[in-house]
This record gives sequence, structure tokens and C-alpha cells, in this order.
Amino acid sequence: MFDTIMLLAMFLLTISVVIALYRVIKGPSMHDRILALDSIGYNIIGVVALLSVMLDSHAYLETILLIGILAFLSTIALSKYMEGGVVIGRKRDD
Amino acid sequence: MKFTDVFLQTATKIQVFIIMTFSIYILFAGHHNPGGGFIGGLITASALVLLYIAFDLQSVRDILPVNFNQLAAAGVIVAVLTGTASLLFDVHFLTQTFTYVNLPLLGKTELASAVIFDLGVYMTVVGTTMTIITSISEDEK
Repeated sequence: MFDTIMLLAMFLLTISVVIALYRVIKGPSMHDRILALDSIGYNIIGVVALLSVMLDSHAYLETILLIGILAFLSTIALSKYMEGGVVIGRKRDD
Repeated sequence: MKFTDVFLQTATKIQVFIIMTFSIYILFAGHHNPGGGFIGGLITASALVLLYIAFDLQSVRDILPVNFNQLAAAGVIVAVLTGTASLLFDVHFLTQTFTYVNLPLLGKTELASAVIFDLGVYMTVVGTTMTIITSISEDEK
């Protein structure tokens, strides 16, 4: 029973990833693709959390934090590139 | 072009401390749990990359005057020295040992010599990654 609920939740998260993947492929502008990749990252966090509950293990909890950090960092880097054309600026302009 | 990221810079000032704490935890948890020097070094490098993205090359170099080339070299030297230190005790190269020590605040603690080797790996990974990223970003177009 419990495993069935967990598998159902993982299935729904997978559907959400597939819908976001449609937006990544189809998306008219670059900003749509960036936001869709961001939401795919956070859905994967949910899948890993459900997997660690199903396998009854503490070994995946660091992975959850790590995917959160990396999803945030990649979204920031892509957005900075879309905004100014450069990811890491050379010097401050004051 | 004057462009101020107030939200990004304020969020970065808080998040860099959290990511750094997480990386130090991963580095020292690597003996019994998932983690270790390699992934800890990569998480520290990602915190530094977040600083570089939110501010810029010159500001971060002012507040963090570390030569990452020398950091990578020092990491390799630390890793080699822990290997050669085992030769002084008449055992094979890179032999690791551990002992239990009663520390005043922490109680019974397991101290392993593999942590020093892990520290060398950590310094090498941070130095190499940050050397690659900064040398790409200061490249003239």
C-alpha cells in the first residue's frame, strides 16, 4: 500500500518532468527553456526524496541539497548570461 | 551599462555561508557516510562561483586573495606527504591508520589519518576548478 502511494507520487512527478521537457524542446524563447530546466531540477529533488523514503536510506539526503544548490546556480548563470551577455564580469563599474 | 543585482547579491551573501558549511560537512563526513574530499571541493568551488557570478572578478579577488594555482599545488604536496609519512613508521607507502581520542568538548572522537589525505584532495579540487573558471572568465575576447 505504502509503496503503491510512493510509486504513484513518483509517476506524477515524472509526468511533470515530461511536461516541462516539452517546454524545453518547444519553448519559443530562451527564458521559457531556462525556467523549464529549473523546474525539472526541482522535480528531480522530489523524485530523489521519494526514492530515499522507499529505500529507507539516509544516503541520498546530501544529494537533495546538492541538486538544489546546482539547480539554483545553473539558473542564475543562465539568467546572467541572458541579461548582460557575460556570466562573470571583469571589474566593478562604479 | 550600469546593472545592479540587489536581490542576487543579498541572497548570495546568505547562501555562500550555507553552501560553505555544507561543503565542510561533506568533507568531514566522508569517512563513514557518502561524501569526501572530491565532492566537498566541488561544492566549495560552486559557492565561490556563486560569489563570482553575483559580484565580479575584481571584487572577489579583493576580498579573497587566494592564488588558486598555489592552492592546487599545496594540495598535491599535502597528499604526497601523508603517503611518505607512513614510511617513517616502517610500513608501506600510503598506509592509513586511525585512533580514538578523548577530546575535551567532543568526547570520544575517531581521528583518522585519511582525513589529511582527503584535505589534500579537497585543496587540489578547489584550486584546479577555480583556476579553470577564472582563467576562462578573464580571457580577452
